[in-house]
Amino acid sequence: MKIGTIQELLHAELLCCEEELNREVFSACGSDMMSDVLAYVKDQAVLLTGLVNPQVIRTAEMMDMKCIVFVRSKRPNSEMIALARDSGIVLLATEMRLYEACGILYSNGLVGNKVAT
Amino acid sequence: MNGQLTFHFDVDGSDFTSAGQASVQVKKDLRQLGLSPEIIRRVSIAMYEGEINMVIHAGGGTADVVVTEEEIEIILTDHGPGIRDIAQAMQEGFSTAPDNIRSLGFGAGMGLPNMKRYTDHMDIQSEVGVGTVVTMRVSIPK
Ligand SMILES: Nc1ncnc2c1ncn2[C@@H]1O[C@H](COP(=O)(O)OP(=O)(O)OP(=O)(O)O)[C@@H](O)[C@H]1O
Ligand SMILES: [Mg+2]
Repeated sequence: MKIGTIQELLHAELLCCEEELNREVFSACGSDMMSDVLAYVKDQAVLLTGLVNPQVIRTAEMMDMKCIVFVRSKRPNSEMIALARDSGIVLLATEMRLYEACGILYSNGLVGNKVAT
Repeated sequence: MNGQLTFHFDVDGSDFTSAGQASVQVKKDLRQLGLSPEIIRRVSIAMYEGEINMVIHAGGGTADVVVTEEEIEIILTDHGPGIRDIAQAMQEGFSTAPDNIRSLGFGAGMGLPNMKRYTDHMDIQSEVGVGTVVTMRVSIPK
C-alpha cells in the first residue's frame, strides 16, 4: 500500500515529507508504548500511535520506519516535525481512534507482521 | 575503513525530550560509513534503549561508540543509583520506572533484554550508589 493511500483511507492531514507519499509499505503496527515497539516490532514500516513526544519520532527512526500516524487528533509540535523531516519519515494526523484506524488499514490489506507478497 | 573511529556524547539526564539524540546521531554516522542496514538497526536499537535508560534511571551519563573493521562497541557510563540485582533487571517485564515514565511510552521492562537480543555481547557492571557501565558489541560480518 502506498503511504498516500493510508492518508486517504484515514482522512489524514499530511504534516511532512510529501515527497514520500508514493512509497510502498507492507505492514504496520499500533501502540502507545515505545518500549513494546522497540521490543516486538520487526519490519513494520508504519506506526500508528496516540503518544506524542519526540521519542516517538526517534523510536521510528531507530526501527527504520517510514510513516507515523497520530490518532485522536493528536498534533506533534514543530520540533517533532523537524525531526521527522530530517529522517524522511512521513507524519500523518487523523481524527480516528487507534482501533478504528488500524482496522481500516488492516481490512484494506495492510497486515500486521507478515509482509504481503 | 582504516583503524578505528570513536564517537563521544554527553547524555543530558535532565531533559527527557532530548533523550535519544546521541543514538540518532550515531545512526547517521554509521550510515555514512556504509555499514549494512541490519547491523545499523541492531546497533541503533540497542544504543537507544541504553541511552533512554541512562536518562530515565540514572540522570544521564556518557555514550562512547568505537567502530573498527570487526565490530561496533557501545559503552554507556552513568553515575546514577546503580542496579542492585542485575539478573532481575534483565528479566522481561521487570521495571522500576514510575508511572509518569509509562505515560511517556517507556517503562515496560523490555529494554535490557532487548539490548541483549540485538547485540552479540553485552556486559553490565554496576555498583549501588556509584553507577552503571553497560558495554555492548555488535560484530560486523566479513
Ligand atoms: N542505567 C541504569 N541505572 C540504574 N538502573 C537501571 C539502569 N538501566 C536499567 N536499570 C534498572 O533496570 C530495570 C530494567 O531496565 P529495562 O531497560 O529492561 O526496563 P525499563 O527501562 O524499566 O523499561 P523499558 O526499557 O521497557 O522502557 C529498570 O526499571 C531499572 O530499575
Ligand atoms: Mg529501558
